[in-house]
Amino acid sequence: MEPFRRLDAVVACPLPLANVDTDQLIPARFMKQPRAAGYGGFLLHDLRFDTDGTSRGLALDDPAFAGARVLVARRNFGSGSSREAAVYALVDFGFRCVIAPSFGDIFASNAVNNGLLPARVDDAAAERLLGRTAAGHRVSIDLAERTIGCDGETIPFAVDDVWRTKLLNGWDDIDLTLSHTEAVRAFAAERAAMYPWSLPRDRG
Amino acid sequence: MTRSTTTRSTTPPPRTLFDKLWDSHAVVTREDGQTLLFVDRHFLHEGSHHAFAQLAARGAAVARPDLTFAVADHYVPTRGRPAIADDSVRAMVDRLAGNTAVHGIRLFGLDDPRQGIVHVVGPEQGLTLPGLVTVCGDSHTSTHGAFGTFAFGIGASEVAHVLITQTIWQRRPKRMRIRIDGTPAPGVGAKDMALTWIARLGADGAQGHAIEYAGSAVTGLSMEGRLTLCNLSIEGGGRCGMVAPDATTIAFLRGRPFAPEGAAFDRAAADWLALASDADAAFDTEVSFAGEEIVPVVTWGTSPQDALPIDAAVPDPDRIADPARASHVRDALAYMDLVPGRPLAEVAIDRVFIGSCTNSRIEDLRAAAAVLAGRSARVPGLVSPGSSLVKQQAEQEGLDRVFVAAGLEWRDSGCSMCVGMNGDQVPSGERCASTTNRNFKNRQGLGARTHLMSPAMVAAAAVAGRLADVRPLLAGRI
Ligand code: SF4
Repeated sequence: MEPFRRLDAVVACPLPLANVDTDQLIPARFMKQPRAAGYGGFLLHDLRFDTDGTSRGLALDDPAFAGARVLVARRNFGSGSSREAAVYALVDFGFRCVIAPSFGDIFASNAVNNGLLPARVDDAAAERLLGRTAAGHRVSIDLAERTIGCDGETIPFAVDDVWRTKLLNGWDDIDLTLSHTEAVRAFAAERAAMYPWSLPRDRG
Repeated sequence: MTRSTTTRSTTPPPRTLFDKLWDSHAVVTREDGQTLLFVDRHFLHEGSHHAFAQLAARGAAVARPDLTFAVADHYVPTRGRPAIADDSVRAMVDRLAGNTAVHGIRLFGLDDPRQGIVHVVGPEQGLTLPGLVTVCGDSHTSTHGAFGTFAFGIGASEVAHVLITQTIWQRRPKRMRIRIDGTPAPGVGAKDMALTWIARLGADGAQGHAIEYAGSAVTGLSMEGRLTLCNLSIEGGGRCGMVAPDATTIAFLRGRPFAPEGAAFDRAAADWLALASDADAAFDTEVSFAGEEIVPVVTWGTSPQDALPIDAAVPDPDRIADPARASHVRDALAYMDLVPGRPLAEVAIDRVFIGSCTNSRIEDLRAAAAVLAGRSARVPGLVSPGSSLVKQQAEQEGLDRVFVAAGLEWRDSGCSMCVGMNGDQVPSGERCASTTNRNFKNRQGLGARTHLMSPAMVAAAAVAGRLADVRPLLAGRI
């Protein structure tokens, strides 16, 4: 995974909606596709386009926000279904960071597993950022310092320490876990001996 | 005879059910607070193809196929089986069969009499047991917590991680207890309890928390009711939802195919009963409700928190002070095509759906049938039982005949119209009274308008042709 460094004066796109669930981020019907073709085109598809494919004029499709790296939204972003495809759609579209007052739990950990930073700010800061980005102000993100710079203001954001380290280093959990293989094996053997009922009774 | 007289100077601190589950699964805890948890059960469904692709890319093997179980549910058709007309849907079901065969994982596939929705099949087969850590690449994995198992949904990268290592890294969540005491009125059940607390605390109200449900209204629920309650934990943002194992839990599990049997079961039952939270264990957050204040609720908006009692009116965004909330309400009402101030019980519906991992177990079907018996539905609708075994049992009880006589379609088991991946969808612009868990925009189909409620309330809506209070319809019936 590519390490997350700084984002300097990048385009940020406002999405002034609360409860943007993962069903919105990527409608279920697109999830049969393999990732290779890219998921960016599916992002927020039904919110962005009418059934005949015309744009509904969201900032996301406004040329002024082309190349946006940061998305700003309201509360409870990424709630709902655990579909990691929601993160694929954001990442493949070009986003590296989503700023919101709160995130769905599973979405946030999926985001980190794909190098996308879920940055939490308070409601008031989110509202200010929505206004400023809508006015075209660019945004800088410093993950090491946990700050957002925009229009002369420095806004702190929250992100779990472990996630921050993981993003900064581009770490992959699986390699790390495999270094504990022996401990896991011993744990499993001990657990099976102590709580034999924890294993499924095999009915053949 | 010797007797130990040593007393420990420190007694262990009281622990919650969640603490006990966490502590007994922690393999490694890092300085930064991340803990590697051992996973006892891993459930898969068709959506696992991204994870298997990651596995293939690494050339990795599945660590514990014996603890991994797969079910075909999200994409399966609910009629005309085993044929699957849509090529892209068939490819999804076949891909699961292929991936599980390659890795030696047991699959309850389309042709298996035990097939059904993963969160119905796990408990039904006795694969879900108290005291376990259970994961699945599906957010409603919280359902299994009804047995006192730490069960939570994970994403595709995490599914790949569990397949390869049989473990998962987690940060210890905070502990929340939701107490509901007292006796809810007849016709009021677990779905109403869940939507009531989510409406009160918000769709992110339990974020970062492991929920334990307690109180006499909760312990009074059957396992079916507890499964519904825990299922909806994720809709309030909870990491998981749980109920402590008790006599109801143990009675449900005895004799289940994959559960222990004989002396092993008795030994297990003793261990399970010891999992209950210690009397003086502390929770980070406590919330309580009186059972009597729980009434039948329906949702009017596009988030599960948008729920109100059936005798309420559509909210007015102009009277909401918080601008972000007012903007959500305005947007939701536009999507739902509802007028502020209109009584909810006047809202006409176009169809109904009874099914999904929230409300498709036998008791749910019985509750709907109790309302529908001898009556006709004014609108069309589908009934999709939670598993093929639930279907069989419902047919033995004659419930299928009640649904069909009322004018509803009796289908095979799967996720069906909950998410519409198999093609069972609500047509654009139509309004559906649904026993499912998500009223998100376009969830049941492009332009579909979903109202969430209990199975009894969906049956009442079917009979009335509009959102309706089930209580009068139950007079003399229950
Ligand atoms: S029934 Fe619906 S919510 Fe439940 S697992 Fe299937 S798609 Fe998900």
